[in-house]
Amino acid sequence: MSTTPDATWPLYEVFVRGKRGLNHVHVGSLHAPDDRMALHNARNLYTRRNEGVSIWVVRADAITASSPDEKDPFFAPAGDKVYRHPTFYSIPDDVPHL
Amino acid sequence: MTVSDETTRLATASTPDGAPTPERGPEEVFEATVAAEGRIEPRDWMPEGYRKTLVRQIAQHAHSEIIGMQPEGNWILRAPSLRRKAILLAKVQDEAGHGLYLYSATETLGVDRTELTEKLIDSRQKYSSIFNYPTLTFADIGVIGWLVDGAAICNQVPLCRSSYGPYARAMVRICKEESFHQRQGFELLMTLMAGTDAQRAMVQDAVDRWWWPSLMMFGPADGDSPNTQQSMAWRIKRHTNDELRQRFVDMTVPQAAALGVTLPDPALAWNDERQAHDFGEIDWAEFTAVVKGAGPCNAQRIAHRRAAHENGQWVRDAASAYAAKHADRSEEPAA
Ligand SMILES: [Fe+2]
Ligand SMILES: [Fe+2]
Repeated sequence: MSTTPDATWPLYEVFVRGKRGLNHVHVGSLHAPDDRMALHNARNLYTRRNEGVSIWVVRADAITASSPDEKDPFFAPAGDKVYRHPTFYSIPDDVPHL
Repeated sequence: MTVSDETTRLATASTPDGAPTPERGPEEVFEATVAAEGRIEPRDWMPEGYRKTLVRQIAQHAHSEIIGMQPEGNWILRAPSLRRKAILLAKVQDEAGHGLYLYSATETLGVDRTELTEKLIDSRQKYSSIFNYPTLTFADIGVIGWLVDGAAICNQVPLCRSSYGPYARAMVRICKEESFHQRQGFELLMTLMAGTDAQRAMVQDAVDRWWWPSLMMFGPADGDSPNTQQSMAWRIKRHTNDELRQRFVDMTVPQAAALGVTLPDPALAWNDERQAHDFGEIDWAEFTAVVKGAGPCNAQRIAHRRAAHENGQWVRDAASAYAAKHADRSEEPAA
C-alpha cells in the first residue's frame, strides 16, 4: 500500500487571463507541493492552446467565500435600491443621448 | 410603471437562484433550480443521491480519460513520422488533461482524488469498456480518433449543459479539445486510404474491430439502464443511451462513405419512415463480459496504471521534499 503525498499537497485554484484587457477568470483547480509547481502545472493543464497570457494560482484555503446559506441576507442591501439602476428614471423618449 | 412594480421586478431579478428562505426549503430550491435549467454549485444543498451519482459518473469518466491514454500511448514511439508522433503525443497529453479537469470537478463534491486513484487501481471503480481492446496496427490510432473520440463527443456535448456547474464547465473545455482528436484521426485514415491496397485493408480491418465496441460506449440499452430516468430528472444526463447511439450511427454513416470503408453490419440501412438508420443488435454478452473484467486488456490496463502510479512515487516524494526545504528557508529571518 503506497502512501501518496499528493493527498496532502494543498489544493490551488487557478485563474487565467485570456488576453490583455480581460480579467483573470477561474478555470479549475489542481494539487501541487508548492506555489512554483502549482504555476507550472497550471501552465501545462490549463493553457496548452494559448488560452492565457497570465496565470494566478491561489491556495484554496486562502480564499474567504460568502456562504450560500446566507446569500439572501448577505446580498439584501442591494435588493431594495432600485434607484441604482438607470431604468429607475423615466425620461421622455424624444430626449437624445440619455 | 410605478416604483413599487419596479421594486418587485428588480428584487426578483437579483435573486435568480435564491438561497433557502423561510418559505422555501433547500430541497425546493434545488428542485426549482434544476427545473429552471439553473446550475447547482459546489456549496449548494443537494440530495445525497445526486451527489453520489455525480461522483460515480464523473469519476468513471475521469478514469476513462486516464486509462484511455494507454491504447494510443502504445503507438507514440512507433508512429511513422515526426508529425504523427507530435500529434499523437499532444492528443494523449490532452486525455491526461481531461482526466485532471474531471478529478478536479469531483473534488468540489468532497471527494479526494487520491482516493479515486486508489479505487481505480484496486478495480473498485470502472472506466469505459472501449479501452480494454488492443491497438494492433497504426490504423487503429486513426479509427480511435474517428470513432472512439467521435462517440465520446456525442456523449459529451450534451453534458456541457449538465446541471452540476463544475462538471458542465469541465465538459466545455473537454469538448473544445475533442474536435482536434476526431479530425486528426479522420485525416490519418484518409491518408492511409489514399495509399496502397495493403494500407486500405489495414483501415478496413481496424474499422471492423472497433465499430461494435464504439457502439457499446453508449452503455446498455435504455431498457437495461435503470439509473437513466433519475439522472435525466436531475439533468445530470440529457439524453438516453439509445438516443445518443442512434445519433452517432447517423453521423458516422456518411463519414464512412466519404472514407470508402464499410461498417461491419449487414443490417445497417436507412429507414425512411424513422428518418434514421436501422442497425443490428449489439453483442450484449460481450459488453457485459468486458465491463466485468474479461475483455482482452482489462488486467493489463490496470496493472500498467498501478505500475505508473507506484513508479511515480519517488517523483512525488522529491517534489514534497523540495517544497519542504524551500518552505524552511523562507521561514528563516532575513539578514
Ligand atoms: Fe478526452
Ligand atoms: Fe479525446
